[in-house]
Amino acid sequence: MALSSGNAVDTAPVEEVLRRTGPVTPADLIPLLQEIQSVYGYLPPEALAEVSERTGIPTSRMYGVITFYAQFSIKPRGRHTVRCCCGTACHVRGCKEVSDAILRNLGVEEGGTTTDLRFTVEGVACLGTCFLAPVMMVDDQYFGLLTPAKARDILRSFT
Amino acid sequence: MSNARIASTRDLDDCREAAIAVRARYRARVLVCATGCRALGAAQLSIAFRDRIAAAGLVDEVAVVETGCHGQCARAPLVLIEPNDFLYGPVKPEDVEEIVRTTLLEGRPVERLCEQAGGRTFATLASVPFYAAQRREVFSLCGRVDPRSLEDAVAHGSYTAAAAALTGLTPEQVIDEITEAGLRGRGGAGFPAGKKWKLCRQAVGAEKYLICNADEGDPGAFMDRALLEGVPHQILEGMLIAAYAIGATRGFVYVRAEYPIAVEHVRLAIGQARERGLLGPNILGSGFSFDIDVRMGAGAFVCGEESALIASLEGQRGMPRSRPPFPAEKGYLGKPTTINNVETLANVPLIMRKGRAWYASIGTAGSKGTKVFALAGKVRNTGLVEVPMGATLRQIIYDIGGGIQNDVPFKAAQMGGPSGGCVPAQFLDLPVDYDSVKQAGAIMGSGGLIVMDENTCMVDMARFFMNFVQDESCGKCPPCRVGTRHLRDILARICSGQGRESDLDELERLSADVRTGSLCGLGQTAPNPVLSTLRHFRHEYEVHIREHRCPAKVCRGLFRYEIVPETCTGCGICAKNCQVKAIAGERRKPHLIDPDICVYCGVCFAACPYSAIRKV
Repeated sequence: MALSSGNAVDTAPVEEVLRRTGPVTPADLIPLLQEIQSVYGYLPPEALAEVSERTGIPTSRMYGVITFYAQFSIKPRGRHTVRCCCGTACHVRGCKEVSDAILRNLGVEEGGTTTDLRFTVEGVACLGTCFLAPVMMVDDQYFGLLTPAKARDILRSFT
Repeated sequence: MSNARIASTRDLDDCREAAIAVRARYRARVLVCATGCRALGAAQLSIAFRDRIAAAGLVDEVAVVETGCHGQCARAPLVLIEPNDFLYGPVKPEDVEEIVRTTLLEGRPVERLCEQAGGRTFATLASVPFYAAQRREVFSLCGRVDPRSLEDAVAHGSYTAAAAALTGLTPEQVIDEITEAGLRGRGGAGFPAGKKWKLCRQAVGAEKYLICNADEGDPGAFMDRALLEGVPHQILEGMLIAAYAIGATRGFVYVRAEYPIAVEHVRLAIGQARERGLLGPNILGSGFSFDIDVRMGAGAFVCGEESALIASLEGQRGMPRSRPPFPAEKGYLGKPTTINNVETLANVPLIMRKGRAWYASIGTAGSKGTKVFALAGKVRNTGLVEVPMGATLRQIIYDIGGGIQNDVPFKAAQMGGPSGGCVPAQFLDLPVDYDSVKQAGAIMGSGGLIVMDENTCMVDMARFFMNFVQDESCGKCPPCRVGTRHLRDILARICSGQGRESDLDELERLSADVRTGSLCGLGQTAPNPVLSTLRHFRHEYEVHIREHRCPAKVCRGLFRYEIVPETCTGCGICAKNCQVKAIAGERRKPHLIDPDICVYCGVCFAACPYSAIRKV
């Protein structure tokens, strides 16, 4: 599969994205990177080189931006993103116990990806659903009022 | 319904009348919150309602609408039935049949799904104590209007204020109205909105920009999410009026990527408004042109700061720059730019519709209108509440919030997120407005209000916020980048029982340096959580340092878990859940935790069905 690291990365999707977005100025860099990440699941160096080639935006500038924002990843990510909320309300209601259990269960550190590329686990400052605290998001789905055991069961249902 | 262009005020009136007529065909509306409540199964609820309503032959009489937030999130999933105004929650799909039969066919409330308090049942929304003590103006349409329909918004009066402004008032008159109404920015600092607009209006330049700041990053605040999800057209109308006032031709909604439903709804609303001519060239025949793009934040808290937000929109690292020049002179791409928060913009159509005198009659001398608070933490009624400026914390937490969960004593309310502070019990009767909260050592901020009880450790809270700002510091200036790291390290040391007697002075000295030496608001306010807890809860710090004890039993290592032999049934659930095998015992006999192996993860504490594990 082209998406795993080590193999050659197919840059055809970059062309497709650039065709769709039309002419690109440096101010469009972030939405462009968001598009490309949504295609590949992360930002492969080959794709960035291709973007640079076609838009004239230096890759050094891109890496500057990529490393600043939490959302961007230059490493392959899991099929599912688990976002453990560690906002104030979740903190007060015991999210640490929940996120510790998730990390221990999946055998990763915060920000890490499981070796089977099933999950990437991130801590996030607040998901804005404090009434559900403690809460996590798996991809675009919210799961609230968690306990360590409940979180573990929810993750089991994702393949 | 036609998709014809709404090219004049007359067209808008026609559209509204047509939309009202369509609504009038239904004798009842079932309003299911499909935003926040989605997490607890609201999607299945609307399916169940549609099925049951069809089965009862009511399809032509009863409409099912997926709406935004009703506010009382603690009872999620919530369902509101118009015209009876019965509010039900939490509702499960198996309750739907009874609601259809009892309420939609017989017109009576299903009492077991209504709010119950003090032996009484509160069926209608207005009678529920949570709502009775509020004044819902900004949120009056949220939960009642279909956020995915422009027609429904128009039927509820959206865009009339914009039409009146664009076709009947000069930009200066609009600015005057907002200035005299006394609207202050709801994003945190409380800068007068009219003044901000005037500065941008007067700035030289043909090209001007309006940005709606929906990068709601303060942990604990979620009113902007609810507004974008629930009433996107109200925000667009506010933007339209603001853009007209300052003379902007292009706008952005800068919204967090962590809010997928908000992104979806605001994109949909912009598409609809553009299609019908409420965005684009020559809006409502006024000669004024304006269009809006959505940009998603890429995950950086500092981008809520306006100069960092602009840098991010320009495709750069989101680092603040020194001001002046302010964005009103040199903002996006060096052009005059106004940045308003979502809630601020949501206020604008109300002011234009009901007038400056009405608005200025609500609130306190220095703070007008209402404020929305996101009530969370250890309070019974978590959710979104809207009160007049000047309401007291006691009203918000006890009358509306229903008090503390499990009746544990109140300790503090955290206000203003990482830039704010913890307000202790002696300020419960303080009228809350921009100025009074500051005196209590916190800030209004965007309105996050997290209630803490006796089981919350204030040193741990300070460490939590310092962790947060250290993570989110952009790194540009050393007082913030390095200073917050030292503050965090000292706090971590105290939380682990290794604190030194000199640490408290050190925290105060460093806090003063970080505050004065940082460039932007993030760094300047970063020490607030430390200073406010030191001011109000110094004894907790001292107990950690001198007695190596955490009074709230939160800081790991400063307390231990113990199984109460009299309560333990020997079911073995704790031992099964323990990841480090620190728990042993024979079946049906009291178990024991080995303190030398225990890592204080708390899993057994949460898992025990008999509450037989306690902290000592």
